Amino acid sequence: MRLNDDQRALRETAADFAAEHLAPHAVEWDQTKHFPVDVLRKAAELGMGGIYVAEEHGGSGLGRMDAAVVFEALAEGCPAIAAYLSIHNMVAWAIDRHGDDAQRRTLLPGLCSMSALGSYCLTEPGAGSDAAAIRTTARREGDEYVLDGVKQFISGAGSSDVYLVFARTGGAGARGISAFVVRDGAPGLSFGPNEVKMGWNAQPTRQVVLDGVRVPVSARLGREGSGFAVAMSALDGGRLNIAACSLGGAQAALDKAVAYLGDRHAFGAPLTSAQALRFRLADMRTSLEAARTLLWRAAAALDDGASDATALCAMAKRFVTDTAYAVADEALQLHGGYGYLAEYGVEKIVRDLRVHRILEGTNEIMRVIVARDMLGAAS
Amino acid sequence: MNIVVLVKQVPDTNSERRLTDSDHTLDRASADVVLDEINERAVEEALRLQEAHGGEVTVVTMGPDSATDALRKALSMGADKAVHLSDAALHGSDAVQTARALAKVIGTVEGVDLVLAGNEATDGRMGAVPAMVAEVLGLPALTHARKVEVDGSTVRVERETDEGVAFVEAALPALVSVGEKINEPRYPSFKGIMAAKKKPVTTLGLADAGIDAAEVGLANAATTVVEAAPKPPRSGGQKVEDAGDGGVRIAEFLAAQKLI
Repeated sequence: MRLNDDQRALRETAADFAAEHLAPHAVEWDQTKHFPVDVLRKAAELGMGGIYVAEEHGGSGLGRMDAAVVFEALAEGCPAIAAYLSIHNMVAWAIDRHGDDAQRRTLLPGLCSMSALGSYCLTEPGAGSDAAAIRTTARREGDEYVLDGVKQFISGAGSSDVYLVFARTGGAGARGISAFVVRDGAPGLSFGPNEVKMGWNAQPTRQVVLDGVRVPVSARLGREGSGFAVAMSALDGGRLNIAACSLGGAQAALDKAVAYLGDRHAFGAPLTSAQALRFRLADMRTSLEAARTLLWRAAAALDDGASDATALCAMAKRFVTDTAYAVADEALQLHGGYGYLAEYGVEKIVRDLRVHRILEGTNEIMRVIVARDMLGAAS
Repeated sequence: MNIVVLVKQVPDTNSERRLTDSDHTLDRASADVVLDEINERAVEEALRLQEAHGGEVTVVTMGPDSATDALRKALSMGADKAVHLSDAALHGSDAVQTARALAKVIGTVEGVDLVLAGNEATDGRMGAVPAMVAEVLGLPALTHARKVEVDGSTVRVERETDEGVAFVEAALPALVSVGEKINEPRYPSFKGIMAAKKKPVTTLGLADAGIDAAEVGLANAATTVVEAAPKPPRSGGQKVEDAGDGGVRIAEFLAAQKLI
């Protein structure tokens, strides 16, 4: 199991980009809550705005395995920015996959160049894990839909131009949901304050408020009632990306720990000569390698359209994000008091990675998906 | 305007670089190998000239099979095609032999208006090959360029030296070697990476390029490395005790090192 020539070259571009444009600023962006849109556009020039959008629409036409490699490398520079790119790419992919020709033509060039940023709007204040219970409505009036409701925890909100909004057009449950594209500036569209949060400070998180927002019927993505399927199909890949972002963050934290223990002397020797610490580093690396192996396996399954792809993506998301968080936390511990200081960049990684165990489906929901795949729905 | 860029795969400058014990040639297995950074700048300059003037960019290398990775990097940046001179008999060739061999390969590319190269490779650091290639091909050589402009059939170069900058020009076809300050090379885009594998790479052996095996290789080289030793570790440096004139003495030291 190894990367092919293309994947190694993709990794090199993403890693070089992260080392030059993300890593040197990551702590500062976190501290000042700066969302570096200019840097995102630079990333888009290299093809990161539409990683798995078809080339004919301005995308890079890559697969999920390729993307896993790219997101891991980006996250070595900054997990929060890499993760925002994942969300943006989910939106771009959903439009390429489920949109019609006119939607692709009008929306994808801007999304791929990131002159237009994308936000994925599923979660609501009262509906997170139980996503099929969303209450935002889209009422048909002639050639328009009128959207009303509130979306919660929306990455990029207030900065984005393209909001992929899931809203109820029919009865209760998953089959009553449809997907819509709402553009920035639509009358009735507003945003809550930027949330104060534990990590992911380099990207804004706000409520999206839809108050009688009117969109033409042509803004609906896919059939009426297909919205939940659209939402879930985008999440398989999104989960792999978030896992890859955790992996890259943890790898960076481990690399910092190795460097730190080599420099730091105690009891007359560098800390890297203490066997107890050497064993811990060995375990951390082993854990990350196991996580990476499962991530690549799940990504390959999704690329192949395997029937167990959704379950494997859920397994990978749960295992990789938990494992990477534990490794990053361990790396902080190995830094001693310095690990707790922002300047060393480790505590920031731990804070960023914490949320990866919650979003794109909590790790509890990942277990629901895996168990359902084994046992069928719980009675 | 058709441009040939001479590129070389070298050990990564961040890794430990060694010569082999057996024949004191470069130990390519001991270090990660990459496209030489200065060559990335030469490729970048070629692509910028191409964007302004059209034509084709061909990258040329001489090296073992693994050097295809360096060509691929240049192709993924945007070069159109590549020629790879690869033959075991080339092992250990010196600068003169290398220049003659490269000149033959450049001769297989049609309608070359400009040959671009880095001013020296980070491994051998001879800094002689570009001028030698120009000599063999009978082309004007404009070396150590920090700026290159083409106007019609004239190439103008700002040539940077320790003493100052010379503004030089020559009629095309010509050879230009570039210095580190010339530009910031682009990263290969994802599209560029995926397109690179579809671009033509011609692999030539000695006979294909019309090179006589008796003229190349370690056994026929005019110069050979007979011994090599690693640099001595850095000494402790020079301490200046501040007796009220510390600032002045530091300034004098920096001025003596030509740093200020």
